[in-house]
Amino acid sequence: MNNKFMKYYYNIVIFFLILTGFGQMPIFKRFYIADIPGLGWLAEFYKTFFIHNLAATLLIVFIFYLLTTFLLNKKRVKLTMTGIVWVASLTGLLLTGILLTIKNFPINPYPPGFVVFLYLSHIALVMAFCMTALYSKILKKEYIIK
Amino acid sequence: MNISRRKFLKGGVVAAGTIAATAVPKTLKASESNTDETLVTLIDISKCIGCEACVEGCKDVNSGKYPKPKKPFPKMYPNRVPVMDWSDKQDVNDRLTPYNWVYIQSADVEVAGEEKELFIPRRCMHCKNPPCVKLCPWGAARQQDNGISRFDPDLCMGGSKCKGVCPWKIPERQTGVGIYLDVMPALAGNGVMFKCDRCYNRIAKGEMPACIEECPNDVQKIGKASDIIKEAKEIAKKTGGYLYGLEENGGTNTIYISPVPFEELNSKIEKGKGKPHFKKVGDAMENGNNIALAMIVAPLAGIAAAFGKFYKGMKADGGSDE
Ligand code: SF4
Ligand code: SF4
Ligand code: SF4
Repeated sequence: MNNKFMKYYYNIVIFFLILTGFGQMPIFKRFYIADIPGLGWLAEFYKTFFIHNLAATLLIVFIFYLLTTFLLNKKRVKLTMTGIVWVASLTGLLLTGILLTIKNFPINPYPPGFVVFLYLSHIALVMAFCMTALYSKILKKEYIIK
Repeated sequence: MNISRRKFLKGGVVAAGTIAATAVPKTLKASESNTDETLVTLIDISKCIGCEACVEGCKDVNSGKYPKPKKPFPKMYPNRVPVMDWSDKQDVNDRLTPYNWVYIQSADVEVAGEEKELFIPRRCMHCKNPPCVKLCPWGAARQQDNGISRFDPDLCMGGSKCKGVCPWKIPERQTGVGIYLDVMPALAGNGVMFKCDRCYNRIAKGEMPACIEECPNDVQKIGKASDIIKEAKEIAKKTGGYLYGLEENGGTNTIYISPVPFEELNSKIEKGKGKPHFKKVGDAMENGNNIALAMIVAPLAGIAAAFGKFYKGMKADGGSDE
C-alpha cells in the first residue's frame, strides 16, 4: 500500500463510518436527505448497520497495518496536541464501538444503563473526532511533529 | 367479531374456565421468576375462543404505564413528521396501539374438513435477539436476562426506529410524552414507543402476566425455555400442529401452535398497521453481525499486510544491493 492509496482508503472508510453512524439515528428520512436520488439507502437501518460494521472492520485493518508498519520500521513518531486528541478520540471510538458491537449478538453482557453510556460516549467521541479533523484541515495543523 | 359476541363467549366459558384454570398454577415457580432464566410462552391457537379477557386484563394491570401526553403538542419540523395521537382512541382494541398491547386476530379456516374460526392473541414476540433493543440508537430499549424486551419511557425519544427494524412492526408511538419534550421537541424525537413488556413487574414478583392469568381457556403457558420448547414440539407431534416463533427472526420467546399451516393463517388474517403478519421471518440481525465477526480477524489482516509490504521492501533493497 502506498501513501496515496492509504490516504484514500482512510478517507473513504471514515466518510462511510460517519455517514452510516449518523444513519443509526432516524434522521435521514425526517430531514429529506434519504429523498435525494441515490441516498434512499441511508434510511434503511439494516443497510447502514451492515455498512457501518464493514467500514469499522476495514478501519481496524488500517490501524493494525499502520501500527505494525511503524514497529517494523522502528519509526518513532511524536504527536502534536491535535494528533493526541485525534488518536484518543479514534481509540475511544473503536473501544466503545467494539463494546456496542458485542451486545448486538444474542447475548446480554452489560448491566442496564451501560449501553446508554456507551452510545452517548460514542456520539461525544465522534463529535471530538470530527472537530479535530476539521480544525486540522482548516488551520492546517499536522497530527505528527515532523 | 363484535364485542357483544366476545363478551357472550367469555361468559359462556367462565364456568368451564374456572375449573380448567384451577389445574394451572397462577403463579410462576420461584425458579421461573428468577430473572436469569429465559422465559418462553406457548400460545395454543386451537384453544382460544376470542373472548378478549386477555386484552382487558392487559389494560387493567398496565394502564398505569400508558402515556399521558401533554397537549397541545409542540410543533415539529419538518412538516412531514407525523403526529401519532392515540390518547383519544384508548378504547381501540382491534389492533396494537400505545394503549393496547395485545389484540385478537381471527381467521376462517378449515380444520379436518370442518369450517372453523380461529382466534389468535397477538403482541410482541419477545425475540431472542430483539432488533428493537439491539438497534435502538440510545439504549432506551433493553432486554432483561429473562428474555423480556421493553422500552424505558424516560429515555425513549420516539424516533420509531424500533418499529422500523421489528420484523412484525410491533411498537407503537404516542406523541407528546417523554424526554424529547425537554431536549429539542421541534427537531428531534416524537414521543415514546409502547408495546407489551411481558408484565415484567408482575413476573419479578412471581406473578403471572395478566393475559395469561385472565384467560379462561389456558391458551397461554409460560415457563423455562427448555421446558416450553420441548412441550411445544411434543404437542405439535401429537396433534400434527404447526409451530411459529421457534425459528422466526433467529428464534423468539413466543411459540404459537396452530392446527393449520401458518402460510394459510397468514393469508386469512387481517394485516396492516398495528396488525402483524405470520410470514416466515429470517434472522434480521444476521448479516450485520456476520460482517462484525470479521472484526476478529481484521487485526491479523492488517498485520499480515504490513509484514508483506515490509518483506517486499527488504527484498527489493537486497536485490538492488547485489
Ligand atoms: S417482536 Fe418486534 S418489538 Fe417484539 S422483541 Fe421482536 S423486534 Fe422487538
Ligand atoms: S404479557 Fe402483560 S403486557 Fe404483554 S400482552 Fe400480556 S398482559 Fe399485556
Ligand atoms: S387468549 Fe384466552 S383470554 Fe385471550 S381471547 Fe383467547 S381465550 Fe380469551
